[in-house]
Amino acid sequence: MLFARIAGVGSYLPGKPVSNNELAQRGVDTSDDWISTRTGIKTRYLAEAGVTSSELAFEASRLAISDAGIRAEDIDLIIVATSTPDYIFPSTACLLQEKLGNQGAMAFDVQAVCSGFVYAVTIAEKFIRSGSHKKALVVGAEVFSRILDWNDRATCVLFGDGAGAVVLEASDKPGVLATATHADGSYNHILSVPGCVSRGQVVGDPFLRMDGQAVFKFAVRALTDVAKECCAVAGIGSESIDWLVPHQANIRIIESTAKKLGLPMEKVVVTVDQHGNTSAASVPLALDAAIRDGRVKRGQRVVLEGVGGGFTWGAVLLEY
Amino acid sequence: MENIEQRVKKIVAEQLGVNEADIKNESSFVDDLGADSLDTVELVMALEEEFECEIPDDQAEKITSVQQAIDYVVNNKK
Repeated sequence: MLFARIAGVGSYLPGKPVSNNELAQRGVDTSDDWISTRTGIKTRYLAEAGVTSSELAFEASRLAISDAGIRAEDIDLIIVATSTPDYIFPSTACLLQEKLGNQGAMAFDVQAVCSGFVYAVTIAEKFIRSGSHKKALVVGAEVFSRILDWNDRATCVLFGDGAGAVVLEASDKPGVLATATHADGSYNHILSVPGCVSRGQVVGDPFLRMDGQAVFKFAVRALTDVAKECCAVAGIGSESIDWLVPHQANIRIIESTAKKLGLPMEKVVVTVDQHGNTSAASVPLALDAAIRDGRVKRGQRVVLEGVGGGFTWGAVLLEY
Repeated sequence: MENIEQRVKKIVAEQLGVNEADIKNESSFVDDLGADSLDTVELVMALEEEFECEIPDDQAEKITSVQQAIDYVVNNKK
């Protein structure tokens, strides 16, 4: 049986962590207490002006490629999940490809906001399982700080910048075991950046807008249901997995989801306290952190899951 | 009726981390029991699960006290 197996993982965070108090000092009308109790976030990383998603993606990808023990030219599929691409076009995946010195791989972006990495892994897994591609670089990369309204204290404190990458390769060892992905476009209005570029200017609103309570409710339900669904596809109960690596948006969403899944927090990888919400980058950043510190080990069963604007949601069950 | 009242109070106690003895019918989630905006969302989700009903957002916004929660459940229970 042919599997898509994680051969290498890497991640990158730009600059130094920015604390809640530093945000307050920079003029955001907020406090460490407010942010901590409602979100669990203590710090986030904010890229300097001019730094792009493809640059963060490049740093994370170099580490993942090195970890996999392959060369960039061996890669035949590059998928970048991002909602903050460098350009309208070409894709961030093509810009990353140039930086890596790869020529000829199929390369494209996936736009599924905070579910983007889970969508991208799901897509790459289909390509590998079909036999058409052997080595896929799957990246989540974001400079979300570019689309934040720093006068909207309910949203600007929640997000950060960063990138995470995995190399998936064809293998007779497992491997991704099951996936489940969904969307419901009727919820587009509760989380969006409702603007576009036309006639040489931004038309609409270039900043992230969110109905926090509606998102909270949707996220907990979606993350709970899709993790169960994904495990059911593989014929296992969600409580029997070794690790849950959920999208890192809010500690209270994560805790509520874990409780409903019957998982103790000891089995849940949490980085939202250090990274904030890095959208498509959050899951591979968290996965990399947990592999680096020795928590996630080869042979363990891990569920990656995301939920985000669209609304989109999905989960991947894999044996690392 | 009394059963519903007890079940609602039990959920409020669990979700907000307060003693059932401290929960009065007139208690306001935010003002008396220390709930924040996300606590109230979680509380509504817990009520929906316990009583197997969907509470629309515009109705959920009006449930700000224990008595209002009890009334909603009594009036909307299948």
